Amino acid sequence: MGAQLRVYKRRIRAITATKKITKAMEMIAASRIVKAQRKVAASMPYATELTRAVTAVATGSNTKHALTTEVEQPSRAAIVLITSDRGLAGGYSSNAIKQAERLTERLRGEGKEVDTYIVGRKGLAYYGFRERKVADSWTGFTDSPAYADAKRVAGPLIEAIQTETAEGGVDELHIVYTEFVSMMTQNPVDGRMLPLSLDEAVEESGTKGEILPLFDFEPSAEDVLDALLPRYVESRIYNALLQSAASEHAARRRAMKAATDNAGDLIKSLSRLANAARQAEITQEISEIVGGASAMADATAGSDK
Amino acid sequence: MAAELHVELVAADRNVWSGEATLVVARTTSGDIGVMPGHQPLLGVLESGPVTIRTSEGNTVVAAVHGGFISFADNKLSLLAEIAELADEIDVQRAERALERAKSEADAAAERRADVRLRAVTGH
Repeated sequence: MGAQLRVYKRRIRAITATKKITKAMEMIAASRIVKAQRKVAASMPYATELTRAVTAVATGSNTKHALTTEVEQPSRAAIVLITSDRGLAGGYSSNAIKQAERLTERLRGEGKEVDTYIVGRKGLAYYGFRERKVADSWTGFTDSPAYADAKRVAGPLIEAIQTETAEGGVDELHIVYTEFVSMMTQNPVDGRMLPLSLDEAVEESGTKGEILPLFDFEPSAEDVLDALLPRYVESRIYNALLQSAASEHAARRRAMKAATDNAGDLIKSLSRLANAARQAEITQEISEIVGGASAMADATAGSDK
Repeated sequence: MAAELHVELVAADRNVWSGEATLVVARTTSGDIGVMPGHQPLLGVLESGPVTIRTSEGNTVVAAVHGGFISFADNKLSLLAEIAELADEIDVQRAERALERAKSEADAAAERRADVRLRAVTGH
């Protein structure tokens, strides 16, 4: 076999192996999207009911709670950034990181100090490489987050917002995650969790225009709100984690599909080149034989004369 | 037909039970509370404890609920809990083991959770 042909054959073999891997990853991601979507749907009733309850307390009572009223001069804010633990998901993590950068820029522009909290190894690596300060981070569950994980993330955040700003607490809590719109579309979005903006909460729970009844609070409106808001933060983070997980799988599926298609194209064009190389080899051999034979014939014909 | 109220028992990650009921008894931070159809709108904080639902068919559904909220309005009752398990779903042996372990490790929260689970099953 000619050297040229051997090189082509080797490259085709290598790409075929890669294609098998990317194809497998694509199929795994596709099956996980469905599972992740189901989890998002299963968490919806709790989130909706909770938002309804929060809206009911906040609108139905005159309670002034630290977590629902805006500070006049907010000076510190916290951002939770949700990225993935693993790569090979196209622009998934970097899009979320970019969104967080934009938000940080905006908040700094408004004169606020920003604390960053990170979920996922990719975001942590990005901040670590640039030697930026990270207030806290969590890794290892972005594939399929459980409610306990959301609770773990929410704990320090709730603590931070309940601490006085002068003692290292924060006035605002923002979250950056990737919203799962459909299999093809996932958008990085940012939103403010606290202080609670009631209009948004009303829109989310789908209770717009609905008149909420006058509730009787047990034991009291303040206590109910005190207990509700941490749960509300947890539920929002849980929902964001689930949506991000679904988006991550969708992004990975798309990236791996592109890689598989690309490998297919490469194999095709390399096969063409290999075929051409083999044909050229054969043609050359034939012309050598023919050339050799005619030279022999010429030689014998010459000796006869 | 007796008056009914619609009950939704939802945990953070799933819908645990939903249906019609005539009476729901739950434990709030200020004591046990019973809700029947036509109760005034209510929003309360739940303790961990068993929740008893008397269904309109006359059956009783018991669930162990660990922290959460009860909200009632327009004859619709929602029980929101971080963790909620129906009595039929609870593995008694596992709960007992968890109770033992919690006692030996002096983990008050875990002990309480296991205790609530067991009480939901045995009905005390």
